[in-house]
Formats: sequence, structure tokens, C-alpha cells
Amino acid sequence: MIEARNLQKRFGAKLAVDDVSFTVQKGEVLGFLGPNGAGKSTTMRMITGYLPATAGSVRVGGHDVADDGLAARSLLGYLPENAPVYSDMTVQGFLRFAAELRGFHGAVRDAAVDRVVETCFLQPVRRQTVDTLSKGYIHRTCLAQSLLHDPPALVLDEPTDGLDPNQKHEVRSLIKRMGETKAIILSTHILEEVDAICSRVIIIDRGRLVANGTPAELRARSASAGQVTLRLGGVADAAAAEAALTALDAVETVQLLDREGGCLFRLQPKRGVVAGDGLAAPLLKLAAAKGWMVGELHTEEGRLDEFFRGITVPDTVR
Amino acid sequence: MNGRVKPEKLDDIMNAIGNIWAVCKRELGSCFASPVAYVFIIIFLLLSGFFTFNVGGFFERNEASLTGFFLWHPWLYLFLVPAIGMRLWAEERRGGTLELLLTMPVTCWQAITGKFLAAWAVLGLALLLTFPMLLTVMYLGEPDPGMLLSGYLGSFLLAGAYLALASMTSAMTRNQVVSFILALSLCLFLILAGWPPVTDLLVKWARPELVSIIAGFSVIPHFDALQKGLLTLSSAVYFLSLIFFGLFVTAVILRSRRTR
Repeated sequence: MIEARNLQKRFGAKLAVDDVSFTVQKGEVLGFLGPNGAGKSTTMRMITGYLPATAGSVRVGGHDVADDGLAARSLLGYLPENAPVYSDMTVQGFLRFAAELRGFHGAVRDAAVDRVVETCFLQPVRRQTVDTLSKGYIHRTCLAQSLLHDPPALVLDEPTDGLDPNQKHEVRSLIKRMGETKAIILSTHILEEVDAICSRVIIIDRGRLVANGTPAELRARSASAGQVTLRLGGVADAAAAEAALTALDAVETVQLLDREGGCLFRLQPKRGVVAGDGLAAPLLKLAAAKGWMVGELHTEEGRLDEFFRGITVPDTVR
Repeated sequence: MNGRVKPEKLDDIMNAIGNIWAVCKRELGSCFASPVAYVFIIIFLLLSGFFTFNVGGFFERNEASLTGFFLWHPWLYLFLVPAIGMRLWAEERRGGTLELLLTMPVTCWQAITGKFLAAWAVLGLALLLTFPMLLTVMYLGEPDPGMLLSGYLGSFLLAGAYLALASMTSAMTRNQVVSFILALSLCLFLILAGWPPVTDLLVKWARPELVSIIAGFSVIPHFDALQKGLLTLSSAVYFLSLIFFGLFVTAVILRSRRTR
């Protein structure tokens, strides 16, 4: 549905986006991650046709954003960064205006507005002017605007920014529901959000695409992925137990973390060892042979934030 | 089938008109939701009355025309039109709504035309509200109706030309003050370009042909011709091409969007 090919954007001497390619199909929610200033918003602006790309191309539903902009834009719903809305209009007036630009008039327009007012929970503020609204309502008004024409492709720049936890939850479940039938791109700083709603993740750092995969795949690539925490009871000599664990074929290193309530070890498997069968099975066998009681055995799935920190450069050191 | 418009072309045209009308309606709504339009209209009416009667000596002229009224319009518009025009794009840019507007299935031209027509309509409304002036002249004497009409047309075209330039400077910056001053300077240039003290000064540095080209940019000869009831093709072309130029440059600036 959305296809970006070798996108590049240059602002003067600065290369803001450098050779970024990806595709999003219907039924996919793609999460855009990256430090501030990595080029997320710039990429989204090129997808929606607001900024012309310096090189490369974007196609939405087969229409090139640069050559056939009207057709491409009519398939897209867009929530820009900071959710801009005309502040002197009422919520209803604004949505009617947006619906007219989408080509809806009369009863069709009013029905479309009614529908998004309901979807985005705007009923209580419908007749209020935008500048009297709280940030959460303004944000949802702008989100509502992007859904008026029930677009097959959505681009959402930080859709849950400035919302309270309840509103965040509502918007996330809305996006997740829509993601079953639409192609959605969203950018966020909140990694738990990625886990909650995204079927695929792209990480951009200093304009370059540095990772592309499902949340589970990326988690598995973090340093802690595959580590096993093991709590053993009935260990007489902790040092001897550590030595015995280290001697196992599958184990790279062993760390004794705690002696309270049994010994707590963290084991780093050797490269290429499959976490469950490769490590847990010999561990249980060893424990049975030594007469240790296994109180806890947990294989770490890996953490997205750890992977994110490992692969991107914080703006404090740039 | 010759001479018949293809149905899909007709759809495109209807769609374009719908978009322009939607943008225009919103702009008008926002003009009248804020004090901008009211302040403009009231100040315009007060000042035009003051200049006509107190400074221009309307009664002393003792002629049944609105010459003493229209005489001041290039100068009144000089300050008032950039004040209306400066917000057109600068405000959209600052509020971020420009991004919203230009990512809708609307062409740049439709958005520009819609906003321009809305602001021009406000200027036109202010001009229409000067009708008591017209009634006064018609009550006191027997003015030439064609001359009055072409006078009003000239004033309206002049306002449109200034407005297109203000739209252009407004698209250049997100700062409304900068936009106002740039537009005012451009409009002042158009007034002064053909003025003898200015051309005399220019003749000292530039070749006479160049000076006469610069003088050709002046609005005053065209405006004066219309005030005298002379509606010539060259004046119409002059005003319309100024408007087109202003809006065209607006489109170029908005399309390039180098400054974020």
C-alpha cells in the first residue's frame, strides 16, 4: 500500500534522511522509532507529499506522491506532528471543512463527521471552539480529521503524544483495530506502544534505516536476549555450583547475583544455543544430578529499549 | 462530439470549484470569527470618510464625482491591505495547519485561490459599504454612472493587486510583521515608481529606457485612467497580471517549502 524507495532529503548541507526504503501492506502497523531529530517526521512528510524528496520516490496505492499527488493524497489519512488544527473553528466546523476537502458534501459529509466524532470520543466537545479544548481533545480532533474518508493508508506522527493514560489506551486500541484492514505507519517514542500495537518496527538513526523487523525479532537481537535466570535451593557451596554451571557446554558465562532465598544465577548462553532446549534441558539435568531444587528458571526474551539504545546514538554525544 | 466537455473533465472542474469554495468559506469564517475583518472594514470606512470630506475637500470641489474619494485609496490600501494579507500564509505556517491543508487532496493553486478570494471578498465588502458616499453624490448632482462604476472597479482591482503581493510576502515568512513590512514596501514601490520626483532621481543613475520601464510598473496611471472612466485593456491586463504574478510566486514559495 505504501512503498518508499531510496528516500533522501537534504536541508542545505545536512542530510536529514538518507536512502530509506520500506513497504507497508494492508493489515500491517509499522512503528517508526528513532531518537529526536533522526528524520522520522521528515520521512513522514515526504510520504504524505508535504515535503518533496531530494531523491527517491514514494508510492501510495500505486500512485507516485510527486507525480500523481492528488490520487496518492486522497488514499492517505495524515496526523501531522503536534496535531495542528485551526484554533478559531469549532470541532464540528473543522471536521466539516476537512470532509469537504475530501469531496464529501451534504448528508454524506455530516454522516462522515458523525462517524469520526463517535470513533474519537469527541461528542462532549463537538460544538466547542478548538482553542478552548485540552490538548487531548485537540489531538483527537486532528486524528478524527485523518479518518473522515476511511482511508486505506494512515500516517500518524506520534498519535498518543500528550494524551493521558486512559486516552492513550483508547487510541491504541483504535489503531490496533484499524490496523487489521489498513496500512498504518506511526512514529512514537514509547517502546511499550510498539509492543502493544505494531506488527513491524523500523528504527531510524541520523537519517539512516538501522533496523527493520517484528518487535519479537528486534527484542531477540538485544544483548540480554536468551539469558537465563536460575534460582537454586539446597546449594551447599555456591562457588562450586557456579563452577559446575560454567562447565556446561552451552554456557558462556555465569554470574552469581544473589544468595538470599537460594542462589540466583544469570547464565549467558554460547552463541547459537537455542534458549529453551539448548540450555534449560542440560540445566535441569545437572540440577537433578546435584540434588538442587530449581525455584525459578526464566529465559529472557530480550528488551526493545536495550536493542534501541544499542543501535542508535543518543543526541547528547553527537 | 466536438465542443462537448468530457464528463471526467467536468468532474475535475466541479471538484476544483468545491475545494476552492471550501477553503474560501473557511477563510471567511476565520476572518469574521476574529476582529480582523471588522477592524479592517471600520477603519477603512472611517479613514476614507475622513480623507474625502476633511482633507480632500469633497464639497469645495463642487463636482458630481467621487474623484476626491478614490484619490486616497492607493494610500489607504497601502497600509490596510498588507494588514489583511499578512496573516494569509504566515498564520497557517506558524500554526502548522499549512501541513494539514497541503496534504489534503487539494492542489496548491486551489488553496491559494480560495484564500485569496476570501480576503479579496472582505476588501470588496468594505468597498461596497462605502455606498453612502455614492448616494451622497447622486443626491447632490448628476454623476456619470459609468465613471462611478469604473472607479469602483479600479479600486477593487487595486486592492486585489496589493493583496496578491501581500499573499506572496506572507508565504515567505512565518513572521507576520516581516510580511507586513515587505508587502508595504512593494506596494509603496508600485505607487512611487512613476512619480516624477522618483523618476527624476532615477534618471541621474539609470538609462532613460530603464527608468521608463520602472515607471511602467506604477499603478497610478492605470488607477487614474479607471477613475476617469477609461477602462482600457492595458489597465485590465496590468492589474490581472499583477494578481497572477503575486499568486504565482506564492505557489512557487509554498511548493518549495525550503524553510520548515
